[in-house]
Amino acid sequence: MTQNDEIISIQNLNKWFGNFHVLRDINLSVRSGEKIVICGPSGSGKSTLIRCINRLEVHQEGDIVVNGVRLDGSLKNLEDVRSEVGMLFQQFNLFPHMTVLENCALAPMWVRHMPRHEAEALAHKFLERVRIPHQAAKYPGQLSGGQQQRVAIARALCMNPRIMLFDEPTSALDPEMIKEVLDVMVELAHDGMTMICVTHEMGFARQVADRVIFMDEGEIVEENAPEAFFSNPRSDRTKLFLSQVL
Amino acid sequence: MAEWTPTPPRPAPASSVGFSAWARRNLFATPGDVAFTVLGAAFIIWLGNVIIDWAFINASFAGDDRTACLKPVQGACWPFIDAKLGQFIYGRYPEAETWRVNLVFLFGAVGLVPMLVPAAPFKSFNIAFLLGFYPVFTFVMLTGGLFGLAEVETTDWGGLLVTLVVAVTGIAASLPLGIMLALGRRSKLPIIRYFCIGFIEVFRGVPLITVLFMASVMLPLFLPDGVNFDKLMRCLIGVALFSSAYMAEVVRGGLQAIPKGQYEAGAALGLGYWKTTRLIILPQALKLVIPGIVNTFIGLFKDTTLVLIVGLFDLLGIVQFHFTDASWATPETHITGYVFAGAVFWVFCFAMSRYSIFMENRLSTGR
Repeated sequence: MTQNDEIISIQNLNKWFGNFHVLRDINLSVRSGEKIVICGPSGSGKSTLIRCINRLEVHQEGDIVVNGVRLDGSLKNLEDVRSEVGMLFQQFNLFPHMTVLENCALAPMWVRHMPRHEAEALAHKFLERVRIPHQAAKYPGQLSGGQQQRVAIARALCMNPRIMLFDEPTSALDPEMIKEVLDVMVELAHDGMTMICVTHEMGFARQVADRVIFMDEGEIVEENAPEAFFSNPRSDRTKLFLSQVL
Repeated sequence: MAEWTPTPPRPAPASSVGFSAWARRNLFATPGDVAFTVLGAAFIIWLGNVIIDWAFINASFAGDDRTACLKPVQGACWPFIDAKLGQFIYGRYPEAETWRVNLVFLFGAVGLVPMLVPAAPFKSFNIAFLLGFYPVFTFVMLTGGLFGLAEVETTDWGGLLVTLVVAVTGIAASLPLGIMLALGRRSKLPIIRYFCIGFIEVFRGVPLITVLFMASVMLPLFLPDGVNFDKLMRCLIGVALFSSAYMAEVVRGGLQAIPKGQYEAGAALGLGYWKTTRLIILPQALKLVIPGIVNTFIGLFKDTTLVLIVGLFDLLGIVQFHFTDASWATPETHITGYVFAGAVFWVFCFAMSRYSIFMENRLSTGR
């Protein structure tokens, strides 16, 4: 591991919601192309952590450097980071008043200033890639949850991000739809995308993760390669968690 | 293992579909329902008879003065409306110049109709016409004093002309102002937020009559001598500010209904505040509050009648003014005039209401 291909660096990150200390002394370094799965009980701060990476949450202490840009409250830096970091949400957060195609073409047109026909061609390309090219003219409300989440992936990919953040992308889905979303995520991983996933899909973690991180009470409890993490957890807290989710 | 085949759907029983089933279910289900249906039908027939008798059978349709409307059983006195129609539409606008008002009405319709039809082409040209050219054109045509047009004081304007000028200006100004105030009230910047809260609460907290009085009586006291701006203009500003305060709260209701995830999704894609607001938040928020927006528009349209108290004659004001004309003094003049004014207001308000329902259905995207 060389220092140059570090794409995310988090040092001594602390964050509070009011008086509640939600992230405590987090240190994390992510290399370009690395896939990281973050798991942990609810309220452990895992979502907050990845939301700090594109500054949907503002941290109070510590340093976050993403793609060489320090997140320090400067608006210019913020926009630089956000246009390079794609994000998926548990609730998909598609724009319900736009067709699937418009959802995907929006950011390339308004952030990258791409002409409409180019942006739509790009959108078609990624809709093809997430295997829903025929739904382009529909509205999100007419699609199933799994299809909506795949549109959200295509929408994020249209910005050609270097990093993708996944905030429990399958938690709101029916069992039959989880697989179709995970399949797309696995493909994305094989294509070399840098991915940080908050998820409880342990099968996915085993299959693609380079590292699994277990968080509790706002701290990183354990960090390990997936085989070691699942077969031989170091802490009792991790053992307890794994015994409940596996 | 046996193959599972879904049961094919069967048609609903004939007794549960069609008009007779509907009538049995909704009109004649119980003895009580039958009684209500019969009573209701009788009332509708009676009311219809009264209206038809008054408006047509016993009404007068021709005549030059009150003598036409003095039959023993007299219905509506339509000749009154006929004789005064010019006044009702233009007020005291000089008769030789009324073509200018007609042209303004015509251009307004020409601009508005294709704007309201979603399928009509050249929308951006249409918007430029309505928001750029049309206000200037209207101002020049109605006030005159340029291009050899005779000057017409706004004190001579009246009737439907004043109603429409006040209402259209109020509607056109209140939506953008209201949106800005609503966004401002949710702003993180304290100065902007407190200014917007103060503005909204002050204008919402006082009656429109007070605002109009302030605009027409108090405001000139604060202006230096010699600065005199037109009474109608002052009313327009008063009405616009007043209705934008209401509009702001309607729009804010829509903004609050938009889930936080929509803002976050916009931000995560790299869209800044203004782009997220314009492209993602406002289209959804405004769609949600179309009924409230149109409600405010309709309220504003009817509130234009209040300009009477500062000496401007809107449609209702001028109809009432003509009740004092002795040559048309009959028992039916008042009611005919009020029915006419009411009908005109109703046509405009009902059209707005229907259009809003049309837009709601059109913008619905299955969520």
